[in-house]
Amino acid sequence: MSSDYPEDLKYTKEHEWARVDGKVATIGITRFAVEQLGDITQVDLPKEGETVRKNDVIGSVESVKAVSDVYAPLSGKVLKVNTPLGDSPEYLSDDPYDEGWMVQLELTNEAELGELMDAAAYADFVAEQEDH
Amino acid sequence: MPAQPMLKRTPLYEAHKALGAKMVEFGGWEMPVQYEGILAEHKAVRDDAGVFDVSHMGEVVFRGPRAREAVQRLVTNDVGKLIDGKALYTVMCYPDGGVVDDCIVYRRGAEDLLVVVNASNIDKDFAWMASETAAIAPPTNESDRWGLLAVQGPRAAALVGKLAEADLAHTVASFGLATARIGGVEVTCARTGYTGEDGFEIFVAAPAARAVWDAVIGAGAKPCGLGARDTLRLEARLPLYGNDIDQTTTPLEAGLGWVVKLENDFIGRDALAKQKAAGVTRKLVGFVMKGRGIARHDYAIHTPPGHDPAGAIVGKVTSGAPGPTVGVAVGLGYVPVALSAPGTVLEIDCRGKRVPAEVVAGPFYRRAKA
Repeated sequence: MSSDYPEDLKYTKEHEWARVDGKVATIGITRFAVEQLGDITQVDLPKEGETVRKNDVIGSVESVKAVSDVYAPLSGKVLKVNTPLGDSPEYLSDDPYDEGWMVQLELTNEAELGELMDAAAYADFVAEQEDH
Repeated sequence: MPAQPMLKRTPLYEAHKALGAKMVEFGGWEMPVQYEGILAEHKAVRDDAGVFDVSHMGEVVFRGPRAREAVQRLVTNDVGKLIDGKALYTVMCYPDGGVVDDCIVYRRGAEDLLVVVNASNIDKDFAWMASETAAIAPPTNESDRWGLLAVQGPRAAALVGKLAEADLAHTVASFGLATARIGGVEVTCARTGYTGEDGFEIFVAAPAARAVWDAVIGAGAKPCGLGARDTLRLEARLPLYGNDIDQTTTPLEAGLGWVVKLENDFIGRDALAKQKAAGVTRKLVGFVMKGRGIARHDYAIHTPPGHDPAGAIVGKVTSGAPGPTVGVAVGLGYVPVALSAPGTVLEIDCRGKRVPAEVVAGPFYRRAKA
């Protein structure tokens, strides 16, 4: 289902997405991740101005059942965080690719973009996960 | 891939698939964790009526003139006070006072006692129960023969009564049981549960479980999974075996002293009498989170700042989750007696972040009396 994984985004195996616009990437978690988590009750995000490296833990999502880390899909400096998620974690479940964005990064290593998956590759990856 | 042991399925497995349930492994069983969502299911049970498939739980039956004697040897509560058609909550202990399992004993007749045990413990429990009562009244394991549905919520008793065409809500008291018929199927309805709400648990022969399940859902009960069952029982502060109690904890430490009747002789009695006389050194406490963070199973509990020694690890969280009805995150854990008084502030290590938590007395949620 292409609408579950928009074509204009890049994806990771940890189920984050990145929307890249020049040197700025907006980051969130995918529809698949949201559905796996179930009811989301708390979202923790990094601070603006922090520097993160690819694969660093930059936040966490608590659902009723469990807690999951959010990893930086790319290296950069945190420009903005979606602070309303702190009080309204339901944005994440309702609209993971727009209202539910988590962090905006100013990229410091654009070469890392090549390591991310496109929508089709990610959809295949998810299908594989679901088979297990 | 490591070989996945074959998971057991209840008689309602196909019903869960048809309802689109998300299935997970639980204690060797393939069970629904949720259908629509944990929060919606939790709310349905608090506000209206929900139904859980708990057919995975174990049924161990003691029959004959010495049935009562056999069960009393195994459990800490007083089986002698049970009359026909009544049930009681209890634990079974090892000789050292550690908990084998918690269970409910139903007296169906003077020579017919049913013990319902946790699904993940059936094999261990039955082996223990059979070996300890072999010379008195050996039990039978009827776990595979029975389906069990828990219909819970403020509307549950009326809903089950209507299906049974009997006024069960008024004729069967709390922890009572009665036989009835639902859609031509013979069932036993027990006024017990694990949610903090009123309701019935319905025992039905496995092949007829689907018909009763469909009737209960047709009458408006919302199908609920193990996820909501866990948040509901935690808000009601009901312990979960394997988390809050196990063979390393005693019922006295777990706050279950009310099910330990030392005037009887049972396995573990002497150890528990000794512990009671000496006083426990640690206690299972309930706590509410006072900051951002949700305590989870196995998170460390620390002393608060200002305490000497400050920040020391003094215990572990045994259960923790958001409390959807109470509106705060809650949890249970063992701490030294000196830190167990209500009002004590502890700190929970939530993945590297210390979050204050306050010890509170009693259940986090208590239903309004009808």
